[in-house]
Order: sequence, then C-alpha cells, then structure tokens
Amino acid sequence: MHGRMDLSQFKTQAVAEAPALSEALALDRRNFVRLALGTGAGLVIGGWAPAGAARAEAVAKAATADGVFTPYVTITPDNVVTVIVKHQDKGQGIATGLSTLVAEELDADWAQVKPEFAPANVELYKNFFFGVQGTGGSTAIANSYEQYRKAGAAARAMIVEAAAKRWGVDAATVMVAKGVVTSGAHTATLGELAKEAAAVPVPAEPKLKAPENFVYIGKSFPRVDSVAKTSGARIYTQDVQLPGMLVATLARSPRFGGTVKSVDDKAARAVKGVVDVVTLPKGVAVLATSTYAAIRARDLLQITWDDSNAETRGTDAIIAEYKALADKPGLVARKGDDVAGALAKSDKVIEAEYVFPFLAHAPMEPMNCVLQFKDGQATLWTGSQLQTVDQAVTGAIFGIKPENVIINTLWAGGSFGRRGVYDSDYIAETAQIVKTSGRSEPIKLVWTREDDIKGGYYRPLYVHKVRVGLDKDGAILGWHHRIVGQSIATGTPFESAIVKDGIDGTSVEGVADTPYEIPNMHVELHNTKVGAPPLWWRSVGHTHTAYVMETMIDEIAALAKKDPVEFRLSLLAKHPRHRAVLQLAADKAGWGTPPAEGVFRGVAVHESFKSFVAEVAELRMVDSKPKVERVVAAVDCGIAVNPDNIRAQVEGGVGYGLGAILHSKVTLKDGVVDQGNFDGYEVLRFNEMPKVEVHLVASDAAPTGIGEPGVPPIGPAVANAIAAGTGHRVRILPFADGLKLG
Amino acid sequence: MTQFKLNGRDVSVESEDDTPLLWVVRDELGLIGSKFGCGAAQCGACTMYLDGQPIRSCVTAVSDVSGKEITTIEGLSGKVADAVRDAWVKLDVVQCGYCQSGQIMAAAALLSDNPKPTDDDIDGAMTGNICRCNTYQRIRAAIHVASDTLKA
Repeated sequence: MHGRMDLSQFKTQAVAEAPALSEALALDRRNFVRLALGTGAGLVIGGWAPAGAARAEAVAKAATADGVFTPYVTITPDNVVTVIVKHQDKGQGIATGLSTLVAEELDADWAQVKPEFAPANVELYKNFFFGVQGTGGSTAIANSYEQYRKAGAAARAMIVEAAAKRWGVDAATVMVAKGVVTSGAHTATLGELAKEAAAVPVPAEPKLKAPENFVYIGKSFPRVDSVAKTSGARIYTQDVQLPGMLVATLARSPRFGGTVKSVDDKAARAVKGVVDVVTLPKGVAVLATSTYAAIRARDLLQITWDDSNAETRGTDAIIAEYKALADKPGLVARKGDDVAGALAKSDKVIEAEYVFPFLAHAPMEPMNCVLQFKDGQATLWTGSQLQTVDQAVTGAIFGIKPENVIINTLWAGGSFGRRGVYDSDYIAETAQIVKTSGRSEPIKLVWTREDDIKGGYYRPLYVHKVRVGLDKDGAILGWHHRIVGQSIATGTPFESAIVKDGIDGTSVEGVADTPYEIPNMHVELHNTKVGAPPLWWRSVGHTHTAYVMETMIDEIAALAKKDPVEFRLSLLAKHPRHRAVLQLAADKAGWGTPPAEGVFRGVAVHESFKSFVAEVAELRMVDSKPKVERVVAAVDCGIAVNPDNIRAQVEGGVGYGLGAILHSKVTLKDGVVDQGNFDGYEVLRFNEMPKVEVHLVASDAAPTGIGEPGVPPIGPAVANAIAAGTGHRVRILPFADGLKLG
Repeated sequence: MTQFKLNGRDVSVESEDDTPLLWVVRDELGLIGSKFGCGAAQCGACTMYLDGQPIRSCVTAVSDVSGKEITTIEGLSGKVADAVRDAWVKLDVVQCGYCQSGQIMAAAALLSDNPKPTDDDIDGAMTGNICRCNTYQRIRAAIHVASDTLKA
C-alpha cells in the first residue's frame, strides 16, 4: 500500500544498518537512473492524485470541512488558496513554482495564494522520480508540472460547477479570472464558493489550459516568500521555540569513524543551564536550556576517543593513493572499441591528471532538528528534504512505525544537497539523543559552523586521469578516461537505484554519457573507501566531470587552433539543444568580437538534470589571480514556468560554483579536518560576484531541472578563460592551490 | 544582570556577562530574525546595530551593550528600511533567505551613511555578509534601487 517502499521491513535497528534500509527503500530504479544519468525521455505521470485509501480519506475530509478540495489545494471561505507543497523549499523557489502552477489553472489571483508544506505521507506526496517523498536532483518542477496544474484545474472545475448550481446557469457561461468568478451579472470570489464547491466530486481528469492561455506560467509570478524573508519573520528550524524545549550540541570524534572511549563531563555539567550530558556511540551530547550554554559546555567535555576504526589518513595520502589507482585498470563504465590502438597510432597524446577536493555544502543555516518523542510518536520540526527516509530512520531508532513519525517540514536555510541525506544523519543524531536521554521534552540539536565544515557528507575528493589521442590535424582518435573516488550511493538506500555493476552513475555522469562525438572513448572507475561520508553537492557528479570534459575539449580545440565554440559545435551535430544554448551564449557574449584589453573569455556547455546550460566567462588577471567580471549564460530547461526564478537559480549557481573553484576545499591531516569556519573554508564573497546575464531558449519541451544545472559550466568556463589569457591549464582545484603564476 | 534598549524598549537579562548578544536576543528575548551562521564574525547573518552602527552580535558579549541601544531586523524601520525592503521584494532578491536579515541590516546601514553608494562602496559594505545562495547580484541591484527611491 505504500508504493515501492515496504515499510513493514523496518524493525528497531541502528541507523548504521544501511543495507536493511536499502532493501526497504526499493526505489524505482528506472526513473531514478534516468534522472541521475540524465538519459531518459520525458516522465509520464499517471494519476495526478493517488487512488485508494488516501484519496478516499481526502475526499471524505472534503465533505466535512469547509473547502478542503484535495490533498494539494485548499480554498477556504476567507478567500485564501492554500497550495500544499510536497517538496522542500530551501531557496530554490518551489513553493512559488507550485503556487504558480495551481494559480494558473485555478485562475486565482497570485496575492491570495499561500503555500504550506505537506505532511510526510509517501502515498500522497511522493516524488515520482524517487518513489519516496523527497526533493533533489532538480526534479521538483519536472515532477510536479502536470500534477499541480491538474490540482488547480480540478479545483477550478469544482468552483465552476458550484457557481453554475448557485446561480442556476450553464457551467459553460461561468468565467474565472484573477480569483473572481462571474456569469453574466453574477459574481463571487473563490472563497465565497468554497464551501459549495467542496461538495462537488473531485474530477478525475480535469482539463488543462492550452499554453497560449497561460497568464502566470512563463510570465512573472512574484516569490511567495519575499516579504517574510525580508522582515525577519520567517521561521527556520533554528528558530523553533517550544515549551520546555532543550537545546543539544553533540561532540563528535575529530576523526571520521571514531567512537567514544570515555568522557569526563564534570566541567560541562557545571555550566549554568546544562541539564544533562548523554553519551552516544558516535559522540557526547550536552542538553541545556539555552543554545549558548549547550555550545559552551560542549567545549568543556573531556573525551577520549577510540580511533581504532577511524579514518587517519590525510588528504595528501588519499590523493597519492588515488593517483596510483588512476594508473591501474578499473571498472568499465563505457567500453571504447579500440582505445589502445587509437592512442598507439595517434600523432599526439595529451595526458592530464585532475584533482578535486572534498567540498562542504555550507548552507547558511547549519544542520539542526527539533524532535519530541511522546506517547509512542515522534514529531520532528526540521527542513526535511527526504521525508520518507527521515521517517524510516527515526522510526527505526525508536522502534515505531514510520507513519508514527510526524514531520513538520520547515523552510530550509539552504541545503545544496546537505539536508537530503541517505542516513538522515542530523535527524538520526537528534533521535538518538532524545532516545538515550529518555526525555519527553522537545530537543533541538544545533550544529555549529565548525560542526558543519568538519562533519563530513562532502562532495567527494576525485582524481581524473585522461589520455586523448589526436591525429596530425588535431582530430580526436581515442579518449581514455579514469575516475577515482568514493561512490555516493553505495551502501545507502539509494544503491539499488543508482549503482549498477559497481558503477555509481553519479561518479561518471557527464563523462560516460558525453554528447561529444568522440571515437574510441573508454571510461573506467575506481570506487574508493574513505571515512568521510560522501554526499551529493549541488549538481553532484557534474561538479567535477563537466570541469574535466570542458577543459579537455577546450585544450584540444586550442591545439588544433580551432575556435572553442566552433570546435564544440562540430562535435555536437546530433545535439541541437546543446548547440542552441552554446550559440545563444556565444552570441549574447559577443564571442565573435574581440574582448576589451586585458579581458579573456572562456566557454563551456554542459547538460545536467536534463537541462542544457552554456556559459561564457570574462575575466581579468589581477595580481596573477582571476577576477571574473561577467558571465553570460544560456539555458534550455524546457518550458520556463518562472523565467525570473530560472535566472535567479542560474545567477546563484554561477556564484556557488565559482566560489568552490576559486577557494573551497576541505583537507585532512592525519584524519582531522583542517578547516572549521568561513575563514578556512572560503566561499564566494560579495565583491567577487560577477555580473551574470541569463538568457533562456524558448522551448515547448516538458520542464526540467534548474536548481543545479547552472553550476557545472562555470568552473571550466573560467578555467578556459584563464588558459586563453595565460596559457595555463588549471588541473588542481581550487585555483588557490592549482593556479600558481608569477 | 545587563540592561539595554532593544528596538526602543528597555530590557534586562540575567545572562552571564560573556554570553553573545545574539543568543541573548534569540533565546532569552525571543527575537529570532537575527540569525546564527558562523558564531565567529565571519558571515554577517547576525548583524544588529549598536547605537546605530552594525555589529556582529555573535561575538559581542552582552555585558558590552549595557546601557546601549540595540536594533535588530525586527526593529529596523524608517524611510531607508522601507526603501531597502521594498527593493528586496521588487527584485525578488531572496532565495533561502537565512542570511537576508543580515544583508538588509548591512544595506540599510550603508544607505543611511551614504545614500548614493557606488559599486565599490557597496562591495566595501557588503563583503562581510555571506550568502550561500549567492544572491549578491540582486542585492547590489536592490541597493541601487533603494538608493534611487531615497533620492526621488
């Protein structure tokens, strides 16, 4: 009854028992792989609302409440249209996006539409790509485009029928525009008709508008959260205050995988406001009546750690091991016909080795979670991103059914992947603290920034080694590519959906499926084990694969003395959408005209999450460092539901990617993370933000992702501009390490 | 016990002297608009005004504000504040929004001192405020829009 998840398999178990979780979360491999690898055709959504018990329950509820129409849209007599948002909004704007879809088909006035996050209920609110309720992979609009329009259209049909009945007119004469319902001289608001409309049966197949009649989609629909986020009123998890609530901090091992051997908590307990100290296998938690007491007391804990199973290598040693592996055969992710022969007969072979660091997501709101366990029920308040997983993990810790885990999904202060965790780490920690302490008060676990930077769940460190054979004219004869790094999905509930024959799709996406017409292309992968847990980081594998592909292609073009745009186009004959964004970005950037004195240009194009983005970067070298001044992006993400939000996501994606390639890295010394705050883990600052122009390719294709696709091209575009200006090809990231000039 | 003025009202708190103002305001006085982002004066999410000047409340001991006037995002008002907020909404600056209280406090402080800032002035005033959604471009544009409103 719960779709692809068999919740009955959950027993009381430690969270670390990932395989059991994996079996229980039997995801829809076909859709997930399509998503992860970006290779599928469009998604076909079956029914917009589930049949069966949940639907019946919702309809029954409609009969007893004023204006509850469906699990997705509510219209109340106060003339408020509430859109029940099944995705998490961490700033990407999906609450606005889903509100737009509903308002469009309902013909509501945008000012009367209010979003509300859905409760955790996999049957009603699953992400069709995942088979579980969750947000990620830039799927939200692609997944919901039809469903939420149908929800709006269904509500409209019910309103129209109620109006026709009230006024004794033919339904065909009833018009709805900007929230006002009319027929001849009759007029009413949506709210005035809500109660009568609620009695109308929910249509199974409501009729959708033709795109030429859209009033909101493709136009401007203001963000639904701008006002609350400029007044200081918006509540995030960090802001939750409940009666009797305690605040917890958790001292974790400085080395990944370390456990508590012994603890002296006398000094910590003496801090005013400290209520309790509890020891978990992975750390020691301080419970206090205020946040600062919990933070200060934690510093006073004297903990001896057992490092016998901990990661004790430094990143230098890890990189050395990866480089050695890159010289050995790995698992074949793409078989080249005769790559050895092609390289042997080449006039020139370029050999390139790339090193990408661990990256923390570092959302502005560090991880946190409020949890109360009472009367056999766990209630969470948190920016949950994978509600079904979070329910399963929490339920397993308390030995209760997942449906007895209530999740209040809150607005998240950023995520970039960090809040959608296969083992729900920060939620599991909270649950273990609550369980171990045996307390029935709500407890808020707070991570500090240092916890966040040192806490793992990083974009993994990767090494790529590439050998490309060229003929005397510079044409590619063969391409041998090895990738070395941790698999994100292996050992997680997502393994069965993402990993096939040992190849994690997210490790090789963007290389193994490159659109470039490359003969004899052979790709291998080495999966490595490191104590630091890996995680998807805004655009996942494309964070490194796009960099390698787009800088290599650029170098090959330069060797052949070909224009970088023309050269790419010549290898993309069968990929019109890549070509279109590349040409649009080049045109808008004035690619054919020489840049100003001292300005260098670079270009990159990449597909991710089924969207296509090309970016042209313009920079100056100032004190031997790049100062990126302007970025021109062209985007094809199918139908643009909200063009301004698409621009915002690409602007932000450019900044997010640029900060990472310029500055960001997490390094380990003897297993201990070197960085702790934004002074060590540097990110993009205001004065480094280039002027970003975003141009959209008009499209009538189904909408695809936009939260992530702006990120991958910026690194290589900047690197290629640096090469154009200095001749230096940066292959060690960040540039702070890899670009040493003068 | 420390006494100070918070958004125009007298308050007195029992917090220990070295408790950062941020936690006093958030946990004890219940105003949650000022955010915890770093605890180390690195990100600006906690920006408040001390006698009208922006400070990092996460590293300001509560005892240091004794007898002084503190303004938070909740108490930010007046012509400049209105112009800034209106510009933020008009341009849809926010994404996750978590840093924006601090961004708005910093922008309003800049415009109060310098109603017609250049891009360099804006860089100087805003570079201490991190936004991980990287809304910097729209913040810059919104500061210019607010500046135009104030001139008009």
